[in-house]
Amino acid sequence: MAEVNALGHKESKEVATPETTWGGTYYAPRVDILETDEELTFYCDLPGVRPEDLDLRFEKDELVIHGKVRPRYPEGKFWLEEYGTGDFYRAFTIYEEVDPDRISAELKRGVLVIHLPKREEVKPKRIAIRAE
Amino acid sequence: MTMLARWEPFEKLWREMNRFQREMDRMFERFGVGLGARPLLSVGYPAVNVWEDDEYVYAEAELPGLNLEDLEIYVTGGDQLTIKGNRPAPATDKGVWHRQERPFGAFQRSLTLPVPVDPEKVEARLEHGVLTIKMAKSQEVKPRRIPVKTD
Repeated sequence: MAEVNALGHKESKEVATPETTWGGTYYAPRVDILETDEELTFYCDLPGVRPEDLDLRFEKDELVIHGKVRPRYPEGKFWLEEYGTGDFYRAFTIYEEVDPDRISAELKRGVLVIHLPKREEVKPKRIAIRAE
Repeated sequence: MTMLARWEPFEKLWREMNRFQREMDRMFERFGVGLGARPLLSVGYPAVNVWEDDEYVYAEAELPGLNLEDLEIYVTGGDQLTIKGNRPAPATDKGVWHRQERPFGAFQRSLTLPVPVDPEKVEARLEHGVLTIKMAKSQEVKPRRIPVKTD
């Protein structure tokens, strides 16, 4: 399990709780994070975000996800309103040594997958054992 | 505006019923599942928004990662909408999960629409992880414009 958590996070709110900041409502997207020997992989639910409306940054060990959601409802009232919509925002501090030049990401069907490959020197190396 | 006022008693009742249903859903969610490390999908999933215009009733749900082929959508009895599907668990046998917040599993959601719709005229689209179902209102409930003659 994740006894040693390589990742910090600075969002103070619960996941998917709207947060009012400068004028708009922001939602923290739900995220899965997998760490392998090779890389850190983020899976991020961003329903309603088009690839051209996604701003993804990695700066000073900080991964920032900001997805803009275009308004999609007409004026008027809802019969039923079980969820709110607004932009998605979440930031993570990455303590692992990742190679910023090799970071890649794809956004498909509202799911963002981010690959953060580890630097060669921090990858675990298999040590060959010689038999007598 | 007068149109909306006319429907108000029904709307209130309908909202009440849906709220009750949501509360039940939440109760099941709380006691039924959730023993695993990951959030499991249950009766209240997906959350749905419903709105209307003169011609159509629209239902929308956020279903990131799914294809339309993974979903079953049907309208029964004129006003019962059901959305069924399965969000697969991520397939990996290596590595360590640091966070697992995205729910997975089979889900089914049924809800009562505010007005009857024509089951033959239902369109579903899934774009950027958002499902939109557009349902044509039954002919008899569509508001009719009454021509007013002037002298």
